[in-house]
Amino acid sequence: MSISSGDPLALLNGITSGQRRALARAISFCENSPDESRPLISALYRSKRLGRSKVVGITGSPGVGKSTLTGFLIRHLRTRGYSVGVILIDPSSPFTGGALLGDRIRMSESNTDTGVFIRSMGSRGHLGGLSLATQDTVSLLDAFGFDYILIETVGIGQAETEIVKTADLTVVVAVPGLGDEIQIIKAGVMEIGDIFVVNKADKDGAEKVITEINMMLDMAPGVPGKDLPRPPVLRCIANRDQGVSELLTAVDERWLQLDISDILLVRRRERIWQAVNESLHYSLMLNLRPYLSVPSRHSLVERIRLGESSPFEEAQGLLHQKFF
Amino acid sequence: MSNPIRVLIAKPGLDGHDRGAKVIARALRDAGMEVIYTGLRQTPEQIVEAAIQEDVACIGLSCLSGAHGHLFPRVVELLAEKDAADILVVGGGVIPDEDIPALKDAGISEIFTPGTPTTTTVEYIRNNVHK
Repeated sequence: MSISSGDPLALLNGITSGQRRALARAISFCENSPDESRPLISALYRSKRLGRSKVVGITGSPGVGKSTLTGFLIRHLRTRGYSVGVILIDPSSPFTGGALLGDRIRMSESNTDTGVFIRSMGSRGHLGGLSLATQDTVSLLDAFGFDYILIETVGIGQAETEIVKTADLTVVVAVPGLGDEIQIIKAGVMEIGDIFVVNKADKDGAEKVITEINMMLDMAPGVPGKDLPRPPVLRCIANRDQGVSELLTAVDERWLQLDISDILLVRRRERIWQAVNESLHYSLMLNLRPYLSVPSRHSLVERIRLGESSPFEEAQGLLHQKFF
Repeated sequence: MSNPIRVLIAKPGLDGHDRGAKVIARALRDAGMEVIYTGLRQTPEQIVEAAIQEDVACIGLSCLSGAHGHLFPRVVELLAEKDAADILVVGGGVIPDEDIPALKDAGISEIFTPGTPTTTTVEYIRNNVHK
């Protein structure tokens, strides 16, 4: 069995012995075969190689400079002697399933650096800013042994906050000129930043956005029972590499604060519990699949349509039929 | 929807004419493929390493500078060195007809010259990638 046939043991051996092609293949395997790849992921969990990477999420609206920022973060991490795994997510077309993944353009000088591994992913119909296989990919990069893992989300709107369930720490990137202060006190994305960056800080209105985010953060109640300083707000001009090294220093400081206050542990426990939940949901659907085929579905749908039953009762019925 | 074919579109060499590459990238996207677009002025080493990390089934090279005779075969060579010879390599751009046989001998599967309908390229990739 070889890595190309998706043999879990061969893939795991390849990954733990530092073979980049095995890592790349394993990521595709998880993306393309969510069922058949479970033994590999289970083996990863049991390998005791997980939980060593610092996982940093980078999120923000389209065009705020996430890729440029990520590109320079990679450079600074390399200068400081760290290895980096990078996940770049761009949207897939809901119509054709196709995608144009163009974030790599901003980081091509890292292509031949063996301390860096960059993977682009299409969101493949998954909402929330990530793709379904993102968590698996984080686990694979973690087991491979990268010091840092950077995840750049799809360019997001107001409410795509899924990154917090996958990253240890989230950087929210904002720019001047995208709306008034009410946008900043709205619920959603502005609640998830461990660090805020105002990029393109040489543009008009940058000071105003920085002030508004600071005000919003000063109003926030903080984490009950935890002695955690409020998130910092940094300024950046990413395409001139201004402020990026400072951002990296802030990431390390914040990571330490989260670690000391045990919030990191809470987040990582939450992530594990979420993985259990997802597996449960997935296994349940897999087990129920025979009952959900089109012919057996038809009579069920008709009963509801004719007012003889309800969706909740039919769901209960399916569960009883299968498990009780 | 079945799993999308992943294709890397790259521009080796020093010319800055990327319209053709973008048109192809867009056409492949619309055909349901995941297209990784790596931008201008890539070395063969950068292209091959990116293709391995991205685990693509196909690399599309576009060159309008006249250096295809050196750059395209170098990509194929490097893929072989990296044990990744199963990745399909196709090329396009301003390429004189008389250069095509040598490129094919060097392992570039197909060359698409200006005027080729994008559907031809899409079909070729779909039918020839290593399954």
